[in-house]
Amino acid sequence: MSERHVIQVTVNGEPHERLVEARKTLADFLRQDLELTGTHIGCEHGVCGACTVLVDDQPVRSCLMFAVQVDGARIETVEGLASGAKLHPIQEAFWANFALQCGYCTPGILMTVVDLLRRTPNPSREVIRRELAGHICRCTGYHAIVDAIEDAAARLRGPAITDAR
Amino acid sequence: MKPARFEYVAPHSVDQALELLGRYGDGAKLLAGGQSLVPLMNMRLARPSHVIDLNRLPGLAYITEADGGVRIGAMTRQATAESSEMIRARYPIVTEALELLGHPAIRNRGTVGGSLAHADPAAELPVVVLALDAQLTLTGPRGRRTVPACDFFVGYLHTVAAPDEILTEVCLPAPPARTGSCFLEVARRHGDFALVAVAAVLALHSDGRCARARLVFGGVGPTPMRVERAEAVLVGHRPEPELFAAAAREVSAVLQPESDLHASADYRAQVASVLTRRALGMAFERVSGRERA
Repeated sequence: MSERHVIQVTVNGEPHERLVEARKTLADFLRQDLELTGTHIGCEHGVCGACTVLVDDQPVRSCLMFAVQVDGARIETVEGLASGAKLHPIQEAFWANFALQCGYCTPGILMTVVDLLRRTPNPSREVIRRELAGHICRCTGYHAIVDAIEDAAARLRGPAITDAR
Repeated sequence: MKPARFEYVAPHSVDQALELLGRYGDGAKLLAGGQSLVPLMNMRLARPSHVIDLNRLPGLAYITEADGGVRIGAMTRQATAESSEMIRARYPIVTEALELLGHPAIRNRGTVGGSLAHADPAAELPVVVLALDAQLTLTGPRGRRTVPACDFFVGYLHTVAAPDEILTEVCLPAPPARTGSCFLEVARRHGDFALVAVAAVLALHSDGRCARARLVFGGVGPTPMRVERAEAVLVGHRPEPELFAAAAREVSAVLQPESDLHASADYRAQVASVLTRRALGMAFERVSGRERA
């Protein structure tokens, strides 16, 4: 037991080993130690949703976990979505539907959407709104975001298979 | 908005956790889901010298059947309880309340035991366990003891748990036959703590009269508040809107909520009264609707 601990984590498929202070939140660890600044910090008490990342496939508030707690875990952040210059279909859908202005809340929302569409490939607008309830956006209103998520779901499902006959 | 320094330790058994709790005393805090404790630490409203993380403890996350009731391990995630078919089938009011607790990402981490031990009087789960006559198990160096929910909450963020005890289990007793329930709350935004919450449980005799009633409120006092005088109005009578209105009048007469930044005392009392009528109506509709079906 001490104030500093060695942790091993896999972030976006890459293994990392770091010495961390016990009081360092997962959000600060990602941003400061791994320089993955795509995860944004808003309220630091679990209300705004900007810092949402996936820990072992589940969306969690990275401001409300300590880095030392994710020793051995698999983490996904917004940096893991695009491959090089090629955006992830969810990101493309946000772009195409004007679903962001300042973009501060977007990384957290994207990670929640990744989880939502893994579990529910074709969510209704009602389900989308319920799942988004933990994310605060102060720019756009939420219509465009809901539109983008519907569009993203369609992109991920692929083109409709039409009956040849 | 960063926590003060602390020593972190993650025990691998309840015994080890108890030993650490005994060793570090008042300066130690148990970390369950962290969705209440970590915000307090980030704001430095809590500055524990030692954080004892219960997340590496095996065997405290379970939902099992017991004597017609259900036992829930304290480290069961709220999201797991929310999606439990056993809980939904027997205690739909628990599922209903969990859906109003924070947001999905909060419930992925937050635990059933953590919310109860934190004992925020505006939180959903304390209200529900009181309305269901749950039994809470505390484990300490002197062994285990079981405390009825009605004796568990003693003040704002304060329970009967001694500093060297850990809440390890919640047991929900078998619901009486012909029971209907409803959980309602008014909050400023979805996922916020309730300005006022109500849990209403109605059990009926075979002749349709009310055999037992529970009316418990959140957000209107230092603990979740059961209003027995309003329950007494219901028992022995045939449920109907006029009876529910009489119970609601009793609720406004008994409760003495406080004013704060979020709502005035008058507003809270008025909302408690309105929610009483609605929740009783819904609970009755559910039990009678199930019987017609």
